[in-house]
Amino acid sequence: MEPYKNHNSVAALMNRNNVDTDQIVPKQFLKKVERTGFGAHLFHDWRFNPDGSDDITFELNKPAFKGAKILVTGDNFGCGSSREHAPWAIADYGFNTIISTSFADIFYNNCFKNSILPLIVDGAKLDALMNEIASNEGVSFTVDLENQTVTTPAGNGFSFDIEPFRKHNMINGLDDIGLTLVHEDKISTFESNQKQSMPWLWRNA
Amino acid sequence: MTNVNAKTLYEKIWEAHLVHHEPGQAPLLYVDRHLMHEVTSPQAFEGLKIANRPVRNPSSILATLDHCVPTKDRDKPIADPIARKQVETMMANCATHGLNLYDMENPNNGVIHIVVPEHGFVHPGMVTVCGDSHTATHGAFGALAFGIGTSEVEHVMATQTLPQEKSKSMMVRVDGALSEFCTAKDIALAVIGKIGTAGGNGHVIEFAGEAVQALSMEGRMTLCNMAIEAGARAGMVAPDQKTFDYIEGKEFAPKGADWGTALNYWKSLPSDEGALFDTTVVLQGNDIAPQVSWGTSPEQVAPVTSTVPTPESFGDDNKALACKSALNYMGLAGGTQITDIEIDYAFIGSCTNGRIEDFRAAAKVARGTTVAAGVTAIAVPGSYHVKVQAEEEGLDKIFLDAGWEWREPGCSMCLAMNGDELKEGQRCASTSNRNFEGRQGKGGRTHLVSPAMAAAAAAAGKFVDISANNAS
Repeated sequence: MEPYKNHNSVAALMNRNNVDTDQIVPKQFLKKVERTGFGAHLFHDWRFNPDGSDDITFELNKPAFKGAKILVTGDNFGCGSSREHAPWAIADYGFNTIISTSFADIFYNNCFKNSILPLIVDGAKLDALMNEIASNEGVSFTVDLENQTVTTPAGNGFSFDIEPFRKHNMINGLDDIGLTLVHEDKISTFESNQKQSMPWLWRNA
Repeated sequence: MTNVNAKTLYEKIWEAHLVHHEPGQAPLLYVDRHLMHEVTSPQAFEGLKIANRPVRNPSSILATLDHCVPTKDRDKPIADPIARKQVETMMANCATHGLNLYDMENPNNGVIHIVVPEHGFVHPGMVTVCGDSHTATHGAFGALAFGIGTSEVEHVMATQTLPQEKSKSMMVRVDGALSEFCTAKDIALAVIGKIGTAGGNGHVIEFAGEAVQALSMEGRMTLCNMAIEAGARAGMVAPDQKTFDYIEGKEFAPKGADWGTALNYWKSLPSDEGALFDTTVVLQGNDIAPQVSWGTSPEQVAPVTSTVPTPESFGDDNKALACKSALNYMGLAGGTQITDIEIDYAFIGSCTNGRIEDFRAAAKVARGTTVAAGVTAIAVPGSYHVKVQAEEEGLDKIFLDAGWEWREPGCSMCLAMNGDELKEGQRCASTSNRNFEGRQGKGGRTHLVSPAMAAAAAAAGKFVDISANNAS
């Protein structure tokens, strides 16, 4: 995983609630066996006209949001399917930070596996951030993961909570599997105990 | 009186699977069963290969091919080359790692969440995962079952564990009896309508109450299946005699002396009297009418007896805006009677409603009817076992005589990856689980309903209040 670095980047505004994973990456693009290249399909049905050209009415197609790494969006982002193709598409497109009032559980977990920082703020703060972008499209925010802060030119910055292990892994780009396998002895002990106490779990499978 | 030691079903399973927990790290949870399909696993296998890691416990895995598989002309190669490659990749990966795969030629093939219970692969008290959000289905057995991303699929294959934060608990109780025209699907939609698609975020839901206990195992699967549509990590129902009877004798059920030991353990799992839930929601079973979704989110749902809401009817600005945008996409005007909405398509199937009981309920309504002019109706069994059983009962004839297509099993038009899809603007009465924009095809309009409601709509060409019809 790519280490997450502090950055100052354009923040794009997508003022929609309940953006689901079928919109983030429609199902016709889920047939690939690779992890790469999904950015080209991000928000496909909203982003492109039937002839394949950019739909200029779609907010992320605004020139001011070009190169944005921060996405500010509405409640319950990423609801629906467990498809990790959704965060793959978001990361591949260039976003590494999403700010919302809430995220769907599976999507939220998937973000941390892909060096995407999902940040939760309250409704009033989200409104303030959205207003700041709407009145100054192209504005850049600064994200400092080490100090757990976001700062904005208009003073709508905030500090955020993140579980220490997730922060550590993101800053260092650590592989979760390697970290778990440090506990290999504990997993083996658990399995030996379960074989004793619930032998049927191990006989039929 | 509060019993401080009282635990919920979820807490009991959680505690029995905690491998390790140290401050500053996510708790490490053991995974008993891992289910797989072709869409969310290839990149996980690739990851294992790159890191040169083996699959830790191949026998914990059961795999199928369901999302991309055609539901007709199964004797011909898959026409879509990318889908074909995904299916072939799955077959090669399973062969490499010695995994049990129900491929397209296998008589056990079908939708993962249909075939797993058919073989008794998930038991009460197990932790079960799958790279698929509808894994919640298996909570019907009193298991903790939830969907994971592909990185987590790789993690489970390599370590048989997952770092997991403990969820909050929610009790959804449905008191009283359901009307005979309502099903688990109607409960699920009514619950989501009440708490919203984010209502269950961060929670594991336990469904209880008289109406839930009265459901068959298949009904409980339908209900738990849609817990994810309420945003919950998992849905579950306490195991009882129905659960045990369903599992007994199946291929992966405990056998011989193990059966008694397992049964004793399973009986200890239901939530203790006085166990505390972070949130409790109560519905009255007899308040629930057959449900029809009218919008582009499963929470945008209404009783068939009512009308499509207007944006102005919502007190909340966000909900009003969402309503306006959904009505625009759905081509509906607020105030329209639900029973005046005409359809072009009907689909019965999916991991939500692709079980034998669903086809029996639909066939009961479809018997002697004719699919309305201009309507295409497809019945897609959830597995070959469901298909064979339905054919033994003559259900296929009922559908075929009524003008329905009777297909081979697969996910089909639930998510329209396999070529079964709506065209722009077509409107479908669907027994699936999501009515998101484009879910059943770009520009397609999905109305979520129960199997009997889909069958009635196919015959009438529009939605029908099946309770009124039958009563008259």
